[in-house]
Amino acid sequence: MVAEENYEFKPEAKKKIAIVGAVGIVLFILGVFMAMSSGSGHGEEHASAQVLDNLVASTEQAAAAEGHEAVAEEHHGSPVWLKRVYTSLWQNNVFFAGLGIIGLFFVAIQYAAQAGWSVPVKRIALAMGHWIPISGILMLVLWFIVKADVFHWTHHDLYVEGEGFDAIINGKSAYFFWPLDAGGFPLFYVLRLVVFFALWYMFFIWIKREMLAEDINGGTAHWTKARSLSAVFLVIFAVTSSIAAWDWVMSIDTHWFSTMMGWYVFASWWVTGLAFITVVAAYLKDAGYLKLLNANHLHDLGKFVFAFSIFWTYIWFSQFLLIYYANIPEETVYFVTRINNSPYGWIFYTNIILNFVLPFLLLMTRDAKRHLSMLKVVCPIVIVGHWFDFYNMVTPGVMQHDGALGFVEIGLAMVFMAAFLFVTLNALSKAPLVAKNHPMMGEALNHHI
Amino acid sequence: MESNKNFVLGVFDDEEVLLHAVEKVRDKGVKIHEVYSPFPVHGLDEALGYKKTRLPIAAFIFGMTGTSLALIMQIWMLGYDWPMIIGGKNFASLPPFIPVTFELTVLLSALGMVATFMIVSDMKPYRWPQQFDLRSTDDKHIMAIDLATNKIAKDDIGAILKESGAQEVNDKNF
Repeated sequence: MVAEENYEFKPEAKKKIAIVGAVGIVLFILGVFMAMSSGSGHGEEHASAQVLDNLVASTEQAAAAEGHEAVAEEHHGSPVWLKRVYTSLWQNNVFFAGLGIIGLFFVAIQYAAQAGWSVPVKRIALAMGHWIPISGILMLVLWFIVKADVFHWTHHDLYVEGEGFDAIINGKSAYFFWPLDAGGFPLFYVLRLVVFFALWYMFFIWIKREMLAEDINGGTAHWTKARSLSAVFLVIFAVTSSIAAWDWVMSIDTHWFSTMMGWYVFASWWVTGLAFITVVAAYLKDAGYLKLLNANHLHDLGKFVFAFSIFWTYIWFSQFLLIYYANIPEETVYFVTRINNSPYGWIFYTNIILNFVLPFLLLMTRDAKRHLSMLKVVCPIVIVGHWFDFYNMVTPGVMQHDGALGFVEIGLAMVFMAAFLFVTLNALSKAPLVAKNHPMMGEALNHHI
Repeated sequence: MESNKNFVLGVFDDEEVLLHAVEKVRDKGVKIHEVYSPFPVHGLDEALGYKKTRLPIAAFIFGMTGTSLALIMQIWMLGYDWPMIIGGKNFASLPPFIPVTFELTVLLSALGMVATFMIVSDMKPYRWPQQFDLRSTDDKHIMAIDLATNKIAKDDIGAILKESGAQEVNDKNF
């Protein structure tokens, strides 16, 4: 019924990816040298600190928390340039880990929904899932390297009666340290990190095994099995993705909390993943692969990117409006450090323009969703936009007034992007590009919207 | 019976036959008034050579009307006509206006789209729609051909319809 297609990961493609990675490394090293030689700029730091203090002066508690955090960081902090590197590493890894997990999530959604249209692109999403184990190991290793700088709550003296004692964080200590003593080794936290990745990887292996066995054996048994696995995975993912968001992103701003954060991180990951799948599909189509992928499938992908850009905006706004309206100091501090604070203010607005205004206006018409030329413009915008989104979530909480967006951050993003692309395309070349005996192939071929 | 509109109807009971018939009939130079079918037939729009619908453009304009109406209304009411301090915010502050703006955008674009569609499709109140053959709501596809827009003789059109697979060829006058 369908001609067998195998993606060949050509040396030229490898070379291009290597160049992106190499430029990233060069930029990163250049950025580190620049950051090291420029020093931390203490005068400037104090000026912006004063601005922030004025802004939150009306809110004594928040001001106290800020002051306290500043004290704690002076005691423990690494040099500013190193903190920048750590923050950027963590931000990039969380961002790209999400892309990998979304690959598996996309596949699981398609099975659970018994979707037929997505057969041509399911292997792309599956290939993205190969990043899960790599990001898991990176996450664990990175966590131990960056914890003292990125995660304020890891400092021991927050939990000891005395000058550094923090009642708010101490109240949350069980969430990190259970069953051990607060301030020691955060067993519960690290255990969650390991267990989440182990679960995701397990389901990835199981679902992938069914998908590839189907190529050889045919029939509907593998599809049914994959669907059951997907259903279980989706339940697990609903819980784990949310908790992962609290652990890896929200716990950076330890005092602050938002019940929207799980959804917010998920929405950001999800729309980025969809945009990435679309970009890879576009690349493959241009390279002469995916012959059965036509404008109807692209239309569905485009609708996905369009709809979930709006979904992300809805979540973003739901979080923002409630905090803005209630005006409770311990909540507003999150946006105060992001909107009115140099150097983050422009990123806050850029985030909304790249992730809502542009995709909303550019993908609104039917034609825009059906043509590669427009999708190839919008999807990279969405991917870059959500990288900014994660920058906005992670960096201000760690770097306070010393944050920057320069060669260090851009370089590391390029390195991660190159590694992720390499893993995805490499995995894509290992299995047939399109399922051979998919029970819904007929539906996908006749897909018409 | 007084008749000022005369149609020839082709009755089909298979959508595959219908799709090919549409192509054949159009190839012969016959203009089709409309095809009525009990369920959506994929590819019929293309076969009939319909132009792309301009309904989305109407929807966009109605939506923008809703957006501007909502913003103007709220900014004027809370910022100028009767300024009120709510939650310590500025008189005309944007974030609290967004939900209402969103709702009015959706409402106006939805209602506007429905209204546009009904007007364009000639479905006005107190206007009984022209029903060519009630079986098009059950199990038959009805191809209606307006004699006024065709130069070909009625009998020839009937022959073309029969030739391309119509089960019956009927007359209909309004």
